[in-house]
Amino acid sequence: MKKFTAFLFAIMLTATVAQAQTAIRVDGSTTVLPAMQKMVEAYMKANSGVNITVSGGGSGNGIKAIIDGTTNIAMSSREMKDKELEAAKEKGNVVKPMVIAMDALAPIVNPANPVADLKVEQLRDMFSGKIKNWKEVGGEDKEIVLISRDTSSGTYEAWQELVMGKDKVYPGALLQASSGAVLQVVSKNKAAIAYDGYAYVDKTVKALKVNGVTGSEATVADKSYPVSRPLFIIVPEKASPEVMKFVDFIMSPAGGQKIIAEVGYFPVKK
Amino acid sequence: MAISRKLKDDLIRNLFLVTAMTSIIALGLIMVYLFLEGAPIFEHVSVGGFLFGNFWYPTADPPEFGILPMIAASIAVTIFSSIIAIPLGVMTALYLAEIATPRMRGIFKPLVELLAALPSVVIGFFGMVVVAPFLQETFDLNTGLNLLNASLMLAFMSVPTICSVSEDAIYAVPRELKEASLALGATHWETIRRVILPSSLSGVSTAIILGMSRAIGETMVVLMVAGGAAMIPTSIFSPLRPMPSSIAAEMAEAPFRSDHYHALFAIGVVLFLFTLVFNIIAQHIAEKHKQVGAATL
Repeated sequence: MKKFTAFLFAIMLTATVAQAQTAIRVDGSTTVLPAMQKMVEAYMKANSGVNITVSGGGSGNGIKAIIDGTTNIAMSSREMKDKELEAAKEKGNVVKPMVIAMDALAPIVNPANPVADLKVEQLRDMFSGKIKNWKEVGGEDKEIVLISRDTSSGTYEAWQELVMGKDKVYPGALLQASSGAVLQVVSKNKAAIAYDGYAYVDKTVKALKVNGVTGSEATVADKSYPVSRPLFIIVPEKASPEVMKFVDFIMSPAGGQKIIAEVGYFPVKK
Repeated sequence: MAISRKLKDDLIRNLFLVTAMTSIIALGLIMVYLFLEGAPIFEHVSVGGFLFGNFWYPTADPPEFGILPMIAASIAVTIFSSIIAIPLGVMTALYLAEIATPRMRGIFKPLVELLAALPSVVIGFFGMVVVAPFLQETFDLNTGLNLLNASLMLAFMSVPTICSVSEDAIYAVPRELKEASLALGATHWETIRRVILPSSLSGVSTAIILGMSRAIGETMVVLMVAGGAAMIPTSIFSPLRPMPSSIAAEMAEAPFRSDHYHALFAIGVVLFLFTLVFNIIAQHIAEKHKQVGAATL
């Protein structure tokens, strides 16, 4: 019995020690995830008493968690819907979405493809299956091979919203499960067109101009590049000082914003 | 204290009973969970609309949940991979069991079994980077990620299963049967075709069904090389999207307990029913062609 009490006491002791350490939970979008992981690493290195756990369950899951109050910071690659903002208010968790970075989506083709510039309308008609041949948009006489991300991907949703509007992606498009797979397929297929976040685009593929504009930090900032989206973190209005300190780090030009640029997104503060 | 013989027997019997029950209960619970999580989708779409709907837009507004293209894709890859894998697997098994010298058998059998140990992601990667560009260039296609590529890779995966299970069945055919046939003047080939193959049919068909189950349930390979287009395939060069690849690709991003989530579970139910039917057929065939002992004097 004595042993058992000692055991209980030991557990309680460890529990109090663990509480003395700040624990922060971050959950949400897999698009924001790679940048967030690097920021967390850097932050934890500088602040030894802080323990941050990050998981990427998708934007929807992150937002749900912050509404329910089960996470401290949510990552999202889309804006919160009105319904979600209301739900948060009802539960007494007023939340504040903050733009932490901009992401540009690029239409990508094989480097051997002569087409270099497409209009948003052309992209829409290609992806909805109305334009079927490259020669209709100034390319070679070849059937267009459409590559898309899976319907549940945040990148797919962004493309749907920014380019497709009310049209739907043609069901004959080849759906790929990851950004890496998209690049792999496009680099091997001369007639393929796909889309991917600028952070993922590499030398094996060619990023196209849209409406004559190349995606870059400047063109995204002045909104002349049409296919860009903000990336968010969402924090409760009544967040603890420890959480706010980490948020400040994310927004600081020398800290989080520098890491965002390194990962390939465009920072919002310089 | 000596444990009585009876008590020892009882103990062992109960131990086995408990172990067996554990796995059966676990399986039962998984099944119940699958059905419970899949059922809510049918509040939004009818069973007919789900099974025979042509469009899969789970995140559109309003969403569409039709899985006919995926069912067609699963059936197509299973049929085509079987066409490739069954003759290859069974013939390799016959060679190993009947024709090969013991030395050759000693070399080839472990090799085939080693093939079964290849992780599916490796086979998928091979199909994606090597076979796809090859098919695309050879046949001048839009894409090498298609039904043919998926069937080839799946066949590649099911050949070892089919081969090693049928080889065991063929090898287990009683020697008396073979000797009797040869003694009657039949050639080796006639003996294989008329005696050995029929009498091992139960085992061989089990092997085939096992191989086909592997093909229909395989996720990684079809996710990587089938192309992923949710359309009913029209030729062996069509890209397609079998059921397992949809579940694997979308589950991670589908919000918990959303319609999309329930729809993916419902696909799992359909897939489960498919493999169940397969296994019932296998049982039936195995029962029908059961080898009932050699007639020795």
